[in-house]
Order: sequence, then C-alpha cells, then structure tokens
Amino acid sequence: MSDTFILNGRETPFTPGQMILDAARGGGVEIPTLCYLKGAAPTGACRVCCVEVKGARSLVASCSTPVTAGMEVCTETEIVHRSRKMIVELMLASGRHNCLMCEANGNCRLQDLAYFYKITQLQFPQKDEKDIYPTEDQNPFIVRDFSRCILCGRCVQACNEVMVNRAISQGYRGGASKVVTGGDSPYNESECVFCGHCVEVCPVGALTEKKAKGLGRPWETQKIRTTCPYCGVGCQQWLHVKDGKIVKVTGVEEAQPNLGRLCVKGRFAYDFIYSADRLKTPLIREKSGDFREASWDEALDLVASKFKEIIQKDGPDAIAGVSCARSINEDSYQMQKLFRAVIGTNNIDHCART
Amino acid sequence: MTNSFADFMKAKMILVIGSNMTEAHPVAASFVKDAAIGGAKLIVVDPRRTDLVDFAEMHVQIQVGSDVALINGIIYVLISEDLYDKQYVESCTVGFEEIKQKAMEYPPERAAEIAGVSADQIRDLARRLASTKPAMLMYTLGITEHICGVNNVMSCANLQMLLGNVGFECGGVNPLRGQNNVQGACDMGALPNVFPGYQKVDNADARAKFEKAWNVKSLPDKHGMMMPTMLENLPKGRIKAFYVFGENLANTEPDIRHVEHCLESAEFLVCQDIFPTETTRFAHVILPAAAWSENDGTFTSSERRVNRVRTASQAPGQAKPNWLIFKEIARRMGQEWTSGSAQEIWDNEVSVLAPSLGGVKYRRIEQDGLQWPAPNEEHCGTPTLHKDGKFTCGLGVFKAIDWIPPAEVPDKEYPFVLSTGRRLYHYHTRTQTGRSEGMNELLGEETADISPIDARIMGIADGEMISVKSRRGKVQVKARVTRQVPKGLVWMAFHFREACANWLTNPVYDPITQTAEYKACAVRIEKV
Repeated sequence: MSDTFILNGRETPFTPGQMILDAARGGGVEIPTLCYLKGAAPTGACRVCCVEVKGARSLVASCSTPVTAGMEVCTETEIVHRSRKMIVELMLASGRHNCLMCEANGNCRLQDLAYFYKITQLQFPQKDEKDIYPTEDQNPFIVRDFSRCILCGRCVQACNEVMVNRAISQGYRGGASKVVTGGDSPYNESECVFCGHCVEVCPVGALTEKKAKGLGRPWETQKIRTTCPYCGVGCQQWLHVKDGKIVKVTGVEEAQPNLGRLCVKGRFAYDFIYSADRLKTPLIREKSGDFREASWDEALDLVASKFKEIIQKDGPDAIAGVSCARSINEDSYQMQKLFRAVIGTNNIDHCART
Repeated sequence: MTNSFADFMKAKMILVIGSNMTEAHPVAASFVKDAAIGGAKLIVVDPRRTDLVDFAEMHVQIQVGSDVALINGIIYVLISEDLYDKQYVESCTVGFEEIKQKAMEYPPERAAEIAGVSADQIRDLARRLASTKPAMLMYTLGITEHICGVNNVMSCANLQMLLGNVGFECGGVNPLRGQNNVQGACDMGALPNVFPGYQKVDNADARAKFEKAWNVKSLPDKHGMMMPTMLENLPKGRIKAFYVFGENLANTEPDIRHVEHCLESAEFLVCQDIFPTETTRFAHVILPAAAWSENDGTFTSSERRVNRVRTASQAPGQAKPNWLIFKEIARRMGQEWTSGSAQEIWDNEVSVLAPSLGGVKYRRIEQDGLQWPAPNEEHCGTPTLHKDGKFTCGLGVFKAIDWIPPAEVPDKEYPFVLSTGRRLYHYHTRTQTGRSEGMNELLGEETADISPIDARIMGIADGEMISVKSRRGKVQVKARVTRQVPKGLVWMAFHFREACANWLTNPVYDPITQTAEYKACAVRIEKV
C-alpha cells in the first residue's frame, strides 16, 4: 500500500516518518523556513513553516510534524499567511534589523520573508537597546551581533549536531535568552574551534565573518568553486570574489565530501596569498650571499645551463628534485616529466611520507 | 583510502588508530563524531587522550610505537577465540597460516606488556571489533611515521582482512592524507620508482610507452633516490644540483641542524616557492610561483577523488604557474612541450597515460570530481576499492610481522619519549597559516605538552619555560600541562621555527618508504 496525504487538495506520496515539510518539498510545494537545518533534529522553534492541518486545534510546524496517511494539509491559506507574517513582524521587533547597516544584507532569510510578506512597517514596539546584549567580537574571525539574533537555534544545532564541537548552547530564559559558550565566556576563551559552521548556517546577520566585513555585498561578488588547499580531505569551497580578490570563503552545500562543512583553516586561512611577503620576481644569489632580482630569462637560462653543465660533467643522476604535495597535479606531472624526459633521471620525489 | 568520506557518517563501527583527526582533519572528524552520536561504536587507539576519545566507547592508550604488538595481540584473540571471518579469509586472501603462526607469539599478556595496556583490554577490543561488520579502520601519521611504518600499515591491513572488512562500504583501511595533494603527487609519478599512474620505471613496456608519449629516445630505468637519500648525498657530492619545489625542508625534516648542513652543501640549489622560507635561504636561484587560487588545475584527495581547483585571483608580480616554469626549463634544455594549460596537460597527457585516470577529464569533474580508478569516460568512479573482497591484485596477502621498538627509546639520560604532530590552528611550517590574519592570534607559539603527573614531579607549572633536549639539539619552549598526554611523554609540533620539534627528532627511517620516525625519540626536559 503506498502512503499518500492530501497536500493543497492534491494526493501526494510520502514515506512513513517523513515530516510535512520534507514531504511537501518532495511534492513540489515550497514552505518557508528559518530554524530548519537539514541533517539536524527539527525543533519547530521559529514557527515560520506553520501549515494548516485539517482537524488540528492550531497551526502546526511542518518541519517537526510527521505526515500520516490521509492527512489534509494546506500550506497557503489566509490564516497561514497571516500567522507567518505576524511571526516575521515579531522577529523584526526583537532587535535592530536595519538592513542597510547589516553585513548579511542580500543574504538574509528574515529580509527575504519580510519582503515576501510585504511588511512595510513595524507592528510591535522594538526591543529596548538596554535589553540587547553587547556584540561579541573579541576573537579574530566571528562577530556575534545579538541585536540581530532571532534565537532560531541553527547555530547551536550546527555546533552540537553537525560539527559536534559542543561549544555553544541556548542560555538563560525568556527575554534574557541568548546563545552562549560554556560559562558565557568570549569565543576565544571557550571550547570554540572556529570552524565557522555557525556563521555558515545563520539565516540572518547575527553571525558574520569578521574578515569579510565591508569587503563586498553578495550581489557584488562572484562565487567560484574550488578545493581547499590544506589537509587531504578535499573540502569543496566557494570563494567569494570581488574585483579579483577573495573576500570570503564558505562551504559548498551538498558537495562531496564535506557537505558544506569547513574547518578553521579552510574557512579563514585563505588570505596568505595576499601577504606582502610573496615572492614576486626571480632572485639570484650573488657571491656576497645576497639575493638580487633577476628577469625570468636570466634565471631560467641559469638553471638550464647549470643543469646541462652538471649532466655533462657528472651525469643526470647528479641532479635531484622534490615536488610539492600542496600544488596541483599538473605541476607534479610536469616536474617528473622534466626530470625523467629532459634531465634523464628518476631522482624525483616529494614528501609523500609526511 | 580504500573507502570514501561518505562512509564515515554511516559506519557502524570505527577504529581510529594513530590519528588526531579533530585537529589534523577536522571535517573528516565531524563525520566520525556524527556517527558516534548516532550510535556507532568508536574505538580510539592512541598514546594521547585525543579529543575524539570523548566520543569513544574505548580508548586504548598504548605506548608510542607499540602498534604491531597490539594488533598481533588482537589477531591472537581473533584466531584463538574463532572470531575471524573464515569464509573471507579462505576465499579472498592468502598467507593466513603465516600470520597465525606469528600471532601465536603474541598472546594478549605479551602484547599488553609491550603496549602498556591490560591483556583484558586487548581481549575486549578484539571481541568488540569482531562484533560488528563491517568495521572501518582509519589511520594517519601515528601509524606511518615510525621506522616500522610499513609494518604498521600492513598490520592494519592484516587486521581488516582477518575481520573480512576490506571491500565493503563502511569498511576498509583508510589513511587520511595530511596534505591536500599528497595523493595526487604520488599518482602523478613524483616518486623515484614509478611513472604517472604507478607504472614502474623498471618495466620496459612502461618505458617504451612514455618514451613514445614524451617523444624521447630513452628514459632512465633505475630507481631514483628518495628525498632523505637525496639530502644525504648533497654533502657527499653525489648530488650536485637540487631542485626544491614548494617544500620547506629546513623545518620539516628531522634533525634541522643536519638538514641545513646538507642544503648548504648543494653546489646548485633551485627553490621554487610562493614565499621566502628557511629553505630558500640556501638557494642559488629562487623562482616565484603562482599559488593555490591563482591557477586552474586539480587536487586529488585522500579518497582518490580528483577535484577541480580554479583561478580566483592574479598571481603577484611576475610569479608564474609552476607547470609553465617546468615547461620553460624543458624548452631551454631542448624540448618543446605542446600542452599549454593545466587542462591540456591533464586531458591530453595525464589521463591518456595513467590507465586508472582514463575516464577523468576536466569536463567530467566540474562538480563533485571523480574517484579513481575511472578507466573510461563511461565509468562513474570507484568509491570502494577491492569490492566484495575481490582484490585488485587477485588475493589479499597477509604478512607476518614482528614488533620492533622505536630506534631510540628512553634511558637514564633521556628519560622521556618525544612524539610530534600538527595542531589545529596551524599547518606545517606556517608559511601559509602564519600569514593568514588571525591564525597567530589563536596559536602564537609552540609548547611542549606534558602530563600533570610529570609536571608535579618536576615542579613545572603550566606556561613555564622549560628546555627539551635530545641527542640532536635543544629548544626552550613553554610547558603546556595537559591531561591529553600520559606520563613519560612529551608532545610537540613543528609549526614554529624557534621551538620546532625537528631540532630534536631522530633522522632514522623506515627502510622501504624512508619515512622518518617523527613519532618517537628520547628527550630530557629541564626547568630553566
């Protein structure tokens, strides 16, 4: 017997145990979400995904309500719309959601929903400035602006259920609620390992990358997919590039092998390429021991002639080389080809063992 | 890796041996932790109480360098209690009698004495491993960086074959590669004995194939030197010219003083790099190279996945792509190479010449890449090697292996074991992470990690400067008193020049791979 339920009047299949949200998406019906985080246990915290279920006493959160056979679900009724709109209005009143000054402008679910539900003015009094916790940015990478936090809990789930670093949790109660580290200490004095997955999943501007601040709006940057240059896992990254400069790195969602996850090095240690220390011109050591700048022609001619001289005098096996395990395959291929086919030796290796 | 990272999260039983994954491979570790909190059984074998132990049902805290003894002890229990996979052993492997005989020399009591754990724990461990199939084994440099590194790896393979775990999803023997493209550099033949695709240089057919492809009359047939041998031969004058591409040997190799002496004696040293390093100081010519995001190309990850790397920014000044520099030198030495881009090199040369990469073309790896072997363009890649126990080479071969101690063990004069590795916030010699804003703020200096017991006995406070001395050298460094480290062990990394562990490490090597024993030498610590 195939399981079906009635979604907006249409018979739709579902798998037992599936939540309304997932089954609806499977049936081609999109329901807005804020707190829902794929791969983590649904919490039903924000209620933005509410839907009407026939016979239910109130609207239900579709992310955390399992479908049953024959259940009648409506996702776009008047009451659903009104309810979602009010939830968004309450969130807008919960802090300082002033998009012009927000790093997440253009990359914000709350902004999208406010626009979608045509909210043009605040319906509720805004939270008092003195009741908002001060911004926490003592560390080099992550800014947590409590005035923009909607307490959806995605960051807490990302930290505990996805990356399992267990550094942050929901703290305090009621109006004093706050996402905290152990002992509510600054991030750099906590268990936080700065993987930045909390920033990655934050649907608003509460968590942003400190190094990216002011460097480019989402619509100004181009996203280029690449592979992380650190360990051998091969995480897939988006490089956010503005005017030929990387301003931010994020994980590629759904990509193998990392499913959008990165570590502190992959996410934040990308700007070495812009270091003033970079070698910019060939250098040749003089008799005095000092290096002087040289042209490519001079440097390469020197290398080639010295190699030819040594091959002639001592044979090709008097030359040896190590390739780089950090650089691209094509570089290693070319280097071993140079050693084998041009110099004529198999003295080519790399640090395969470390 | 015989298997894929996608297996980690789905695995039911995981044995992690010699891998501090949460620091060295944090994203891989997140999948292991996901599995553990979802109910998978996790066993961690490590001399240190690494962070992964928090998620493990068992921590087997062995002595540094006792892996073979431990695994032989496990094999003893599996065989004597009839817990191994007989059907798999009979149909998929050879050499069972030899390992059985060898394992019988390692009853749990003997293995326990060598490994510094209890015999009961070894029995318990063996029974747990046999209780869930398949079990997935992961290791890192804790296994390989010993004079018996190859033996350690073979022991891991013995164990997994005996349990019938090789060739299945969520099973296998899985070394996590420390660098983004170590796998690729091996695949490309940057090794002294093989051409790209592991075709042997001493095979006449392979040579003929590459002679034709590269349009040369003959190619050398003798194995070349491995890196430690190259270094040794510099002061001896047998190597005159040394070409170092993107390596900082003066910090990464054991016994820095000796390594620098070797580098210094090169008649002609070429360094090709993106930064001046401790190694480029000895160069005669330095060639500036384009970095990671400054050229198109491919990296191959631990799971044999060929991934794209893309250009996002311009190389500074006159820095050039490395492949182009090699092409230019070849031209000056009389050879015109036709490939004029990384894609042409890959599509027209690498994938044509390496059979396992035949199906990997740039147009096929725009998204998630492909895991080799992918021999033709219809092939979708290979997530699991030796599928269903059908080994690529025919049958899986058991190797009888004896335990040997590290080359240098503690004595009266040097009573501590020094073991080394990497920390979360830095990478190797910090050429990159040290120049990425913020990383130094999170970790600004090296420490010598010691146990609370030793700290108390010696009256050393956390953060106090101490000296660590080996037969090779001496460093002054802050003590970090931590429960991660057991009594008798000092643990350090090689990220910072000033107190780099490699002033102290022992330049002794595995006889087959010439991997240095970074994980074990003897030191003395003193208050200063």
